[in-house]
Amino acid sequence: MAEEAPVLEMRKISKVFPGVKALSGVDFRLFRGEVHAVMGQNGAGKSTLVKVLTGVHAQDAGEILLEGKPIRPDSPFAAQKLGISTVYQEVNLCPNLSVAENMFIGRQPMRFGSIRWKELNRRAEEALKRLNVAVDVTLPLSSYSIAIQQMVAIARVLDVSSKILILDEPTSSLDEAEVERLFGLIRTLRQQGLAILFITHFLDQTYRISDRITVLKDGLFGGEYKTAQLPKLELIAKMLGKELSEFSGAAEGAAQKQKKGEATPVRAEKPVLRIRQLGLRGSIAPFDLDLSEGEVLGLAGLLGSGRTEMAKLIFGIDSPNQGEVQVKGKKTNINSPHAAMMAGMGYCSEDRKNEGVLGELTVRENIILALQARNGVFKHIPYKKQLEIADRLIESLRIKTPSAENAALQLSGGNLQKMMLARWLATDPAVLILDEPTRGIDVGAKVEIMELILNLSRQGRGVIFISSEFEEVVRCSDRVAVLRDHVKVGELAGPEVDEPNIMRTIAEGR
Amino acid sequence: MPSASSLSRNKLVWPLAALACLLIFNFFFTPHFFHIEVKEGHLYGNLIDIIKNAGPIMLLAIGLTLVIATKGIDISVGSVVAISAGVVAIMLGGDLGGVPRHPLSVALVTAVLAATAAGAWNGILVSRIGLQPIIATLILFVAGRGIAMVLTNAMVIWLYVKPFAIFGQGYLFGLPFSIYMVVGLLLVTWLLTRRTAIGMFIESVGINPTAARFSGINAKNILLGVYVFSGFCAGLSGLVVCSTVMSADGNNAGNLYELDAILAVVLGGTSLNGGKFYLLGSMVGALIIQTLTTTIYAFNVAPEISQVVKAFVVYGVSLLQSERFRRRIAGVFVKRGAVA
Amino acid sequence: MTRKLLNSQSLSILVILCLFVLMFGYGSFAYTGFFSVQNFFNLFIDNAYLLILAVGMTFVIISGGIDLSVGSMLGLGTMLASSLVEKQHLNPLLVILIVVGFGTALGFFMGCLIQLFDLPPFIITLAGYYLARGLCYVVSIDTIGINNAFFQSAAHSQIKLIGNNFVSPSAVIAIVVVLAGAYILRFTRFGRTVYAIGGNEQSALLMGLPVGRTKIMIYSLSGFCAGLGGVVFTFYTLSGYALDGKGMELDAIASVVIGGTLLTGGAGSILGTVLGVLVYGTIQVLIVFQGTLNSWWTRIVIGFLVFLFCFLQRIFEARKSATAVRGVSQASAPTPPGAALQH
Repeated sequence: MAEEAPVLEMRKISKVFPGVKALSGVDFRLFRGEVHAVMGQNGAGKSTLVKVLTGVHAQDAGEILLEGKPIRPDSPFAAQKLGISTVYQEVNLCPNLSVAENMFIGRQPMRFGSIRWKELNRRAEEALKRLNVAVDVTLPLSSYSIAIQQMVAIARVLDVSSKILILDEPTSSLDEAEVERLFGLIRTLRQQGLAILFITHFLDQTYRISDRITVLKDGLFGGEYKTAQLPKLELIAKMLGKELSEFSGAAEGAAQKQKKGEATPVRAEKPVLRIRQLGLRGSIAPFDLDLSEGEVLGLAGLLGSGRTEMAKLIFGIDSPNQGEVQVKGKKTNINSPHAAMMAGMGYCSEDRKNEGVLGELTVRENIILALQARNGVFKHIPYKKQLEIADRLIESLRIKTPSAENAALQLSGGNLQKMMLARWLATDPAVLILDEPTRGIDVGAKVEIMELILNLSRQGRGVIFISSEFEEVVRCSDRVAVLRDHVKVGELAGPEVDEPNIMRTIAEGR
Repeated sequence: MPSASSLSRNKLVWPLAALACLLIFNFFFTPHFFHIEVKEGHLYGNLIDIIKNAGPIMLLAIGLTLVIATKGIDISVGSVVAISAGVVAIMLGGDLGGVPRHPLSVALVTAVLAATAAGAWNGILVSRIGLQPIIATLILFVAGRGIAMVLTNAMVIWLYVKPFAIFGQGYLFGLPFSIYMVVGLLLVTWLLTRRTAIGMFIESVGINPTAARFSGINAKNILLGVYVFSGFCAGLSGLVVCSTVMSADGNNAGNLYELDAILAVVLGGTSLNGGKFYLLGSMVGALIIQTLTTTIYAFNVAPEISQVVKAFVVYGVSLLQSERFRRRIAGVFVKRGAVA
Repeated sequence: MTRKLLNSQSLSILVILCLFVLMFGYGSFAYTGFFSVQNFFNLFIDNAYLLILAVGMTFVIISGGIDLSVGSMLGLGTMLASSLVEKQHLNPLLVILIVVGFGTALGFFMGCLIQLFDLPPFIITLAGYYLARGLCYVVSIDTIGINNAFFQSAAHSQIKLIGNNFVSPSAVIAIVVVLAGAYILRFTRFGRTVYAIGGNEQSALLMGLPVGRTKIMIYSLSGFCAGLGGVVFTFYTLSGYALDGKGMELDAIASVVIGGTLLTGGAGSILGTVLGVLVYGTIQVLIVFQGTLNSWWTRIVIGFLVFLFCFLQRIFEARKSATAVRGVSQASAPTPPGAALQH
């Protein structure tokens, strides 16, 4: 790509919110016909940068130049008018309306005050064809997969003639085939000369699709690089602002593994979970799984491979239509979270906010909730004992809260995760299922959580650990079950457990 | 940060203050409002009337508090009151000599059971079939009156069974009998919800039913339970209503009660969004409504017009509970720049 | 093509049409004198007010809301109409304008509360139910008979159609409202925004649609229909009675629901609603012909039908979400009160 003048330039942008410097003197350039990725950890300022650009916030300092002219959009609609369009992770369309209508709603072609449906459908079809998407535009949007829905969303914003397209975490809910399809569309757009700002936390995708990378760290500008000239390790280091040994690769990983292996002898003769041919049609193909006391079993797979579905099936959130489960040697019928809990299992959901935390209740109440549910309605845990249990766990897990009586919604992400862990630890489970416990947490807290997981296995519990970061899975697990497209395709144990093997198993199966 | 228990004490302050305002208003503008004397062996006066007339609503409000705490609603309670009144009237019969068709105890139990069954119907629709509570209870709101009318054959049934009168008209130690029913039910409910885990489970289900279920709580049964209980309370309320006028009118029994009961709960501090609930607050709320109604009567305003006043009270309370409204009002009073 | 035919909306219309044909057919078989073109027209004449109410209710429910006040507002309409015409001796046309305007204003008031302060529709309109009813008594506690010539002629006029069969002016007004409603829903931006709000209000907002304005207009429209329904009702009864319209909101909701409109919002049609009203009317006629049943049975049957259709809708929804592809959720906003379990 020739170095011409950038279509967009953000110079020395600063934005301060009460108590936090979201952005300090950040530069950003966007060129036509390029995909430019913005990378950074949580809290680095990526979303604030986008919000300033799209007019949600006004910057405190610095200027924005669009095609050389200064702009100051005061709302997303104003930004759209200037040619800056945004498509978010959650497809913001109406599932009950047709594809064509979603594209044109609010600006339907009219004649004498009536909507011209034939014209509307025709224009929608054409717009999608320009993007190599061919679907029946008269069907409701909900009849299509989320990947198609996203493309309709992109087509919609582009139809209003855009200069810049911002894609905010577009691939988080897509499976591999859908990601590739989306990337195909992005390449087409790039060829047509569109400038694309791409935000993602997937390193691999960044390297696949982007031409340029800008790194942000704690609101500061970490540099702009051509993707081809920035090795992955260096990018990660820049994102963290240091050379962390934890992320420097296989050798370290192996050393960690050995250390772990010494500390926790896995008691293979003591199976704590024995699953045979457990399956749910439409959700997970029948699978076998074994878990021993003190063992950490990782579930690895790409997004959409079915790991959460598997976890929810094991814990009884979904009811299986075949298979059997034995917990601690006893055959049990797990058809509800209550039954799973009574059998000695615990489950921390990946969606903490909507499936775990009860914000208005106190930390104490959140912690003893599962234990109380296990005791039943009438065996009420006296207040003093509740406080005792809560304080004990707050201390041992180092949950940062002024007191157990604070409302749970005051806690930060990392502490909320620990609180969820505490809830299940209070029930002294034999098996603990952790779904993405490190997601959305800063690096320091991530390390703490992983230490906690190792502790749990030391205590003799069986742990099923799900994470999108293969590095984490490799680091913590004794064995790894690999999933692809809702099927368990293989298992790795001991020295076999490393990232290349996981990826090979996903690709080829075993 | 204030502890949870002091917060609940705090929550009671507003409804009590509202009640106090009403009482003070009456002190100045209504002659003999606070006058209490002993007549016919029991206490007599405006204040006693308020407590007595509030009885049926207070009984309903206890059940409705738990329903609303689960983020639900039950607008069928008025119709269920009519069903309960209808059933007890049929079971007792309109014999002029006061001879009951069935023994009094059997009639009472059957009526309450019928109401509880209605509550179970609502509960099954909400917890098992997954209908929205407003729709689920709308069905009985409609059909319940029809059922009551069919039961009583669209006629008003007059009762002459003397012992039955105690519920709505009797006095015990000088105070209306119904107040003992209220206190008794309140005590039982308080024990059930605060001395067992049911209270916390109800609040959890109201705050986040998914999280509650994933924590091992049987959310479906909790939901079923609160609607069954609401039906049970409506059954008790129906007995008092029927006993007060010694007759069952399928068309008018329990009329407007659902609005009064919902209003009582909302005035008492429990949010329509579910979560923390305040039984005592609902009781104060019911007293506020009854005092309001009595005040309106005292000023010779037609009783039907009290509906208009109550509607505006609902609007007022809803606005106060609305975040957006409070923010706008705060914005009006706070100088520019001070609000984030 | 088949995909479109098998979609839930067409299916619902088919089901309700079959239900209507079955009921009308049963009546024709069981009772002599039941089957006639005039009896079919009578369904429109006798239920003109309900048709109008139900059109307004269709808009409200498609947008995901609910309006419990329309019955009381209809009653207020009849009270205002009869009082203004008989007691104040105002010009009948002016009276109609005032009544319809007042209904629209009340609807507007409730719409503003709901939209501007994010208050739950069922509470605001439930309070409206009591507010309007109370205002009925403020107008007059006694029944007001109407002797005005205009109203008398509107009540007794017969507009001859096929053969000797006729319809009333009310029925014509109702049909006009039905056609207007259907047109608005399908061919205007306002109508399509109603569907969008019901589908996903958050998305509608983010897409730049005038959600706030539209929602307020929806409740104003419902109020308009309630006022107009009241006027049409006075043509039918030639009186104003404070208890007029009691329970009609449920009849309107029932007609809309069994007509295939989803209570969760986002889907529905005027055609379905019309069929729903026809079914409601047929049930009433069946009970009259039957002779022995207490007319309160209509309430019970309607309640049961609402239950049945809601139940079926739930099963359909559950089946759809089980096999559904991951995608946009129906309502990404936090669940409002009165809407507990959403599996």
